[in-house]
Amino acid sequence: MIAKRIIPCLDVRDGRVVKGVNFEGIQDVASPVEMARFYNESGADELVFYDITASAEGRALFTDVLKQVAREVFIPLTVGGGINTLEDFDRVLKCGADKVSVNSGAIRNPQLISQAARRYGDQCVVLSMDVKRVDGRYVIFARGGRENTGIDALQWARQGAESGAGELVVNSIDTDGVKQGFDIEMLMDIAEQVNIPIIASGGAGCMEDFMTLFSHPEIDAGLAASIFHFREVEISALKAHLKSGGVEMRI
Amino acid sequence: MIAIIDYGVGNLFSLSSSLSYLGLDNQITKEKDDIICADRIILPGVGAFGDAADKLAKTGLVDTIKAQAAAGKPLLGICLGMQLLFERSFEYGQHPGLGLIRGDICDLSADITTGLKVPQMGWNSLKFRQEHPILQYVREGDYVYYVHSYYAKHCEESVVAVSEYEVEVPGVVAAGNVVGTQFHPEKSGAVGLSILRAFAQMR
Repeated sequence: MIAKRIIPCLDVRDGRVVKGVNFEGIQDVASPVEMARFYNESGADELVFYDITASAEGRALFTDVLKQVAREVFIPLTVGGGINTLEDFDRVLKCGADKVSVNSGAIRNPQLISQAARRYGDQCVVLSMDVKRVDGRYVIFARGGRENTGIDALQWARQGAESGAGELVVNSIDTDGVKQGFDIEMLMDIAEQVNIPIIASGGAGCMEDFMTLFSHPEIDAGLAASIFHFREVEISALKAHLKSGGVEMRI
Repeated sequence: MIAIIDYGVGNLFSLSSSLSYLGLDNQITKEKDDIICADRIILPGVGAFGDAADKLAKTGLVDTIKAQAAAGKPLLGICLGMQLLFERSFEYGQHPGLGLIRGDICDLSADITTGLKVPQMGWNSLKFRQEHPILQYVREGDYVYYVHSYYAKHCEESVVAVSEYEVEVPGVVAAGNVVGTQFHPEKSGAVGLSILRAFAQMR
C-alpha cells in the first residue's frame, strides 16, 4: 500500500538554512546540502525548500544550493517561495526541483496554476495555502500570513484542484507554532472539497500529533519545520513509532 | 556510456545526477549516433502519452531505439518512458506506443472504486512476480516513488514487480533486454539507485 509521507521543510535565506540549530553530528547546520543529506538519511520522504530571500543575489544562491542538493539527494524535492511566473517554475525545475509550490503568486494570478499545470503537468504544481478562521469561516491569507485576502479557503482549494494543482499543502495559521497538534477540523473540511493529496502543516508538537493526523485516511502527508530542525522529534524514531501504530510508512 | 534520450519531455537533471552519483558515464542526447554508440539507453518522460509520443516521433529516433532494442541493447523506460514501450495507450484518445512490450496503458481512476486518489503520488512497496536482474539489489517490500494516473494492463507475462493501489499496478516490467519502471528510480532513494546500478550491469 501507499505510505504516508513525512516531510521536513527548510527555510533558506541567502543560500543558508534559517532556524537550523542544535544538530549533533552536523558541522554546518546552516548548510542546506548537509541538512538535506541528514534528513534523507533519517528517512524523510520528501524535502521542501522554501526560499525566503528577497534579493536577486539570494535567488542565485538558492538555485546553486538546489543544484547541489539534487546532485546527491535522490528523493522528491519541492521548492517554494517567490514563485510568481512560469519563468520561476523553469528556473527551479532546471536546477533539480520536482515540484513547485505556489502561494501568494497564485493569489495574485490564479492562472499561474493552470498555465504551469499545462506546461509541466499537474504532478508538478503544489498549491500551498495559509488558512485562518475569520468570523467562523476559513479565509486565505497571503504574504506569509500577514494579509487577509478575504478569499474563501474551501472555494480556493476547489478552484486550485480544478485548475490543475496536483497537491495541496494546507497550513493552519491558527495552529501554526502552537505545537498542540494539527488542525484536524480545518484539514477535514478542506479535504472534503478535493480529491488530490493533502499535505498537513502547522501545529505538530510531538509524535502523537502525527498519529492522530494519520488516523484520518484523507491526509497523505505531514509537514513540519522546527520540531525536526530542533530535533524535538527525530524523523527515524517518528516513522518507527507510526509504523508500530499501524500507519503505512516507508522505513 | 548510458544515453538518456532527450526529446523535450521532463526534467533530466536528477536522472543524470543519479547516474553520475553512481559513477556511471551518461549523456543527455538527441543524437542518433550517441544512441547507437551507447552501451545502454534510458527513455525518460513525464506528462501526457500522446504529446510525448509526438515529441519522440519528431526527434526521428524511434526507429533507432527500436533497432537498438532489437539488437539486444539494454533499454530502460522510466514512468511515461515505460508506458511508451507498450503497444498503445488510452490516455485522451488512443495512441500507438513503441510496441516493445505487449500490453496497454489504461486509466487508473477507471479501476479505482474505493476513493483512492488519482494520480497515485507517493511511496509504495514492491511485490515480486518474477526474478529479474534489475531487482537483484532490491528486497521485496522496499518502497519506490510513484507519480502517475495511467498504468499498464494486459501484460501479465512481462510483469516483474507490482505495487498495490487497490489494483495491482505493474511497477517493473520486462521483455528480454527491454525494462520499464512505472516509478521514478532517480527519486526513490537508495532503492532507486540500486535499480539504476542493476540496469547498468544488465547484459
